[in-house]
Amino acid sequence: MNQMSKRELALPAAEPEDKTVFGFWVYIMTDCLLFASLFATFAVLRFSYSDGPSGAEIFSLPFVLAETLLLLSSSFTMGLALLANRAKLKNQVLLWLGVTFILGAMFLGLELHEFSHLAHEGNSWRRSGFLSAFFTLVGTHGAHITSDLIWMLVMASRIWHQGLNGVGTKRLTMLALFWHFLDIIWIFIFTFVYLLGVTG
Amino acid sequence: MKTKNIASFKTYVMGFGLSLALTLLAYGVAQHHLNTGHVFPSDRVMPLILLTLAVVQLFVQLIFFLHLASESKPRWRGAVAVFALVMLLVVVAGSVWIMDNLNYRMTPTQINNYLKSQDGGI
Repeated sequence: MNQMSKRELALPAAEPEDKTVFGFWVYIMTDCLLFASLFATFAVLRFSYSDGPSGAEIFSLPFVLAETLLLLSSSFTMGLALLANRAKLKNQVLLWLGVTFILGAMFLGLELHEFSHLAHEGNSWRRSGFLSAFFTLVGTHGAHITSDLIWMLVMASRIWHQGLNGVGTKRLTMLALFWHFLDIIWIFIFTFVYLLGVTG
Repeated sequence: MKTKNIASFKTYVMGFGLSLALTLLAYGVAQHHLNTGHVFPSDRVMPLILLTLAVVQLFVQLIFFLHLASESKPRWRGAVAVFALVMLLVVVAGSVWIMDNLNYRMTPTQINNYLKSQDGGI
């Protein structure tokens, strides 16, 4: 009996953390399915130019490569923030979160610049099926990036005021998971939308 | 107790380096394809090369950034990921397969008739 109650007492202390992170992982995988449907839409409409331009006419590869490198670097610095958190170095966590935020914000800036440039040239989402699918897919990714950037700010201010603790570690882990996930989605946007759009 | 957590500075650097190399390689191949006027690599193999590079990078990031391979034993995260991947393949490959087939089987006459029925034709 004593053994039993001991085990029952021992369980809750270890598990909630894993459960929360796992639950968030399940959410991310569901989000993955959202992107799957958008990728499918884009794949179906990839040649539906109507009288609008094709990908080769409107995309600039060096520009997109710059976006990709920014996002990839930010994924790396997010990992460094996690490591600093494990080593309990508060200032380093804040530093790497800050670097990640700046890189992410630069990525978002480039993306918005591309969007406004396209719309300005008359190639907005209303031009053709291809452009509608393009704006929906890349825009949804951008919206995710935006929400993760806001989350990063909240996270940083929380760490600034309360320091590092168990709950913070859990939240930082989820924030990092989400950020890495968005980078992975971007790899496929980079490959299928931009590289194949320009070459294929 | 054995804590199986391989996240370290080394894994992040490796993940970053490999991802960087794969990204630049994909970019270089695409650029070379354009420079040689769609000759090398040819239009047929281009999608295959790019798809392979993207999938390799997916696994690099899953392993080195998300540490999916070092998950401890009941691998629930891995199980959910595999499920999501299967659903993703069904949705994307299925849509492309069906819609491209439909596109292929639709003759110009059928398309014209359809357009006529919509707004008086071209």
